[in-house]
Amino acid sequence: MSKFGRKGKGKMPGISTASLPDIVFMLLFFFMVTTVVRETTLKVRIIPPIATEIKKLEKKSLVSYINIGKPTQTEVYGSAPRIQLNDAFATKEKIREFVSSEREKMTEADRNKMTVSLKCDRDVEMGIVTDVKEELKKASALKINYSSRSGSQKDIFSNF
Amino acid sequence: MAKRELQEVNAGSMADIAFQLLIFFLVATTMDTDSGIFRKLPPMPEEEQKEEKEIKDRNIFVVLVNKDNQLLVENELMDIRNLRVAAKEFIENPAAKSNLPERVDTEIPYFGIVPVTKYHVISLQNDRGTSYGTYIAVQNELTAAYNELRDELAMRKFGVNYKDMKDIDKRKEAIEDIYSLKVSEAVPRNIGGP
Repeated sequence: MSKFGRKGKGKMPGISTASLPDIVFMLLFFFMVTTVVRETTLKVRIIPPIATEIKKLEKKSLVSYINIGKPTQTEVYGSAPRIQLNDAFATKEKIREFVSSEREKMTEADRNKMTVSLKCDRDVEMGIVTDVKEELKKASALKINYSSRSGSQKDIFSNF
Repeated sequence: MAKRELQEVNAGSMADIAFQLLIFFLVATTMDTDSGIFRKLPPMPEEEQKEEKEIKDRNIFVVLVNKDNQLLVENELMDIRNLRVAAKEFIENPAAKSNLPERVDTEIPYFGIVPVTKYHVISLQNDRGTSYGTYIAVQNELTAAYNELRDELAMRKFGVNYKDMKDIDKRKEAIEDIYSLKVSEAVPRNIGGP
């Protein structure tokens, strides 16, 4: 008989799994709360270009998005690239309005930190992008970001 | 009358249900952080146009992109693979060549008085028909040229990577003073035919 063994008591009690649902629910609630269901449904198809020298956008509340690309429903909207602001297609004249309404939403201190992220499809022509940039200049939203995916050098050159 | 025992609802599968929901939300959550190349647009010109400052020819690096996504750099057709090296040589002008930007002695914190190609400008002009992908590739190469130079300098001087430096770091500012990003974009027109 060993000194340390406590034979009499034996049997380790099984770990109770009763609290497992609670733990899982906790996680569940966390993800439910953090999930941001995409507020805008994209009506344009966007495959962002690839770049290596990218930086992350830090504060999401300071960023407004302008989407440019071919409409997904080409049979309804045609295949010419369109600008999408929030939920609807827009003309470039609407951009100034859009920028000022986005500014309104921000606190006074943040207004000059506003960044506009241009999400454009890699196949759109620069003409429409330039028009948008000109409008942004007029609206004095000067900080812009060309949204792109990270990739390797090879991916970039493969287009040429 | 049959005696009925009230049966308790088995809660054992509760965890499974919760797991299912959890997995759904895990998948649905997009923690997508947007990333990209940052640029600052020039402000709209004032009403009374200031006298356009003459820029010496040697200080400008002209990059033209046409609608067929070809590059014309300093009046020569160039492959995009060579753009980075060319831009680096232009920005730094290490051999102080007379056809590359002038090096002006400037006082920079941490560095003392160093020659800086203060007045250099990279002028990027594209056609309205240039594809966005090409445009980003060119912007990327130009940014990469700056970043490589900055990285080399940071490594040489401070022994740290430029990318690892914090934004508030004064040393980072000094490096950015030496290689300040100057990419100017002209309003595009139709280069090389409609």
